[in-house]
Amino acid sequence: MSHDPLSTDAEVASPAFSDKDNVGGDYSASSIRAVMINRPRQELYDFWRDFSNLPLFMENVKAVEMLESGRSKWTIAGPGGKDVELVSDITEDVPGEKIAWTSSEDSDLDHEGWIAFKDNAFGRGTEVRVFISYDPPAGALGKVVAKVLQREPRVQARGELRRFKQLMETGEVSTSKAPDAAPRADRHF
Amino acid sequence: MRALTWHGKHNVQVDTVPDPKIVNPRDAIIKITATAICGSDLHLYDSMIPGMSNGDILGHEFMGIVEEVGPANTTLKPGDRVVVPFVIACGKCFFCDHKMPAACDNSNPAEKADASEVAYGYAMTGAFGYSHLTGGYAGGQAEYARVPYSDYGPIKIPDGVSDERVLFLSDIFPTGWMAAENAQIKPGDTVAIWGCGPVGLFAIKSAILMGAGRVIAIDHHPRRLELAKQNGAEVLNFHEVKVREALMEMTAGIGPDSCIDAVGMESHGFSPDNIIDAVKQETKILGTDRPHVLRETIMAVRKGGTVSVPGVYGGVADKWPIGAFMEKGLTLKTGQTHVQNYLPELLQLILDNKIDTTDLISHRLPLEQAAEGYKNFKINQNEWTKVVLLPH
Ligand SMILES: [Zn+2]
Ligand SMILES: [Zn+2]
Repeated sequence: MSHDPLSTDAEVASPAFSDKDNVGGDYSASSIRAVMINRPRQELYDFWRDFSNLPLFMENVKAVEMLESGRSKWTIAGPGGKDVELVSDITEDVPGEKIAWTSSEDSDLDHEGWIAFKDNAFGRGTEVRVFISYDPPAGALGKVVAKVLQREPRVQARGELRRFKQLMETGEVSTSKAPDAAPRADRHF
Repeated sequence: MRALTWHGKHNVQVDTVPDPKIVNPRDAIIKITATAICGSDLHLYDSMIPGMSNGDILGHEFMGIVEEVGPANTTLKPGDRVVVPFVIACGKCFFCDHKMPAACDNSNPAEKADASEVAYGYAMTGAFGYSHLTGGYAGGQAEYARVPYSDYGPIKIPDGVSDERVLFLSDIFPTGWMAAENAQIKPGDTVAIWGCGPVGLFAIKSAILMGAGRVIAIDHHPRRLELAKQNGAEVLNFHEVKVREALMEMTAGIGPDSCIDAVGMESHGFSPDNIIDAVKQETKILGTDRPHVLRETIMAVRKGGTVSVPGVYGGVADKWPIGAFMEKGLTLKTGQTHVQNYLPELLQLILDNKIDTTDLISHRLPLEQAAEGYKNFKINQNEWTKVVLLPH
């Protein structure tokens, strides 16, 4: 356990400290967000590493199919009710610590992201940081649509990390919606 | 089913709405046998708390019989009688782990959490029937309710104990108890309590059980002052005396060891700042509260004493006497009630007949008359001290 990454230093260079929508990354819309999750680091890593789990808490991701050699095919609900297909390659994989990915050429959407897991130095669980960056579909207009739909990356990352934490800590995604509208109620890991 | 729904300021009605269903694995559906109207429901009734939508089902104090449980719930079974805490808490996060269920990280759904994070700097914990800031959960002034994380919050009630004796475990009894606990009462202490509504009365009962030597209760409704007196408090009517001067006189210039503000943002003192604050309140979404009582507690409490605030505040306060607070070396303890923490101990007090939880109930109405209950609880505060609604 000697190599366990611990976090005690404030990472002031992190784009999370910026108040801008665009916080670095290759694409026009990016966001980063940190959350503390009261579960072991390895458990969180393992759950995320199987991307087919992600639709359990990602609002706009309808399905993820794991393909060969770190490849996965994502079906995402896009603006205007049109599905967007994304094929993603894992670019970095440090077991228990970090996963990074990027979209491949045959995607409808240019995208990159990473998730990092660190043990909290004070025993409060695992610090999870997620970075996502993408070019919204249909360029600038798509971003306007995305904003209207509350799907801009900042809001999206916030919501998805909240749901990830809920699912990992409580076994379910919190909802107050009426039964037929409630998300993912029928699935339980 | 039938349920009491919100339709705007001073407009609630009983409607037919869809039945709740099991949505998540740890859910339960409760058939509600008794539910109460709370003073903090009046903040919604008066539209003082933002984030309500047309048709929201109100009610956060309720109990009943388990009708159905989700597949991951191993603690409850159909037929169990339970009281449901108004705080919705997951039982698994850092805050629940550290005995702070009213600070639960997970019970406010992700799509509702942003609003309160902007307003308060953190996302509020979920609660039943208390606006979309606290999650937008349907409340319990209804025939049935869906209870999330029902393997953690609800407490089972033994047979043979009436609903009325245990119903207030859902909120006002633990809230009054935590108010007294936050007041850091030591045996023989003098405790002054502003507000003899349901929470104030439970704070009086709790302070005495915790060994307070003397409890002084402050209100202006004769019926409420009478109830306070019956529960062992000395009383002050703020229409008749200057409260701080009276407290100083009674304590020979020392002041009470602890002061409890069981009134909150809708206090109706006569100070001019109330008028200013009231005007601001009408003009802003997250209005300025009227912290008249809070100011009075800080001015009256003895040096080195403790101020405890169970009363609900929603926005920001002007003219906070920070100089007195600092110079006197005071401790201020606040917070939504960590209901789950207190339930076993408080249920035992009820079963041992150490506390009467029913003397404050003035009216029992069928659910169909809930609107009448709200109206009277609001305008006839002297006679309508606590209203219990019976949905079945
Ligand atoms: Zn209440
Ligand atoms: Zn929790």
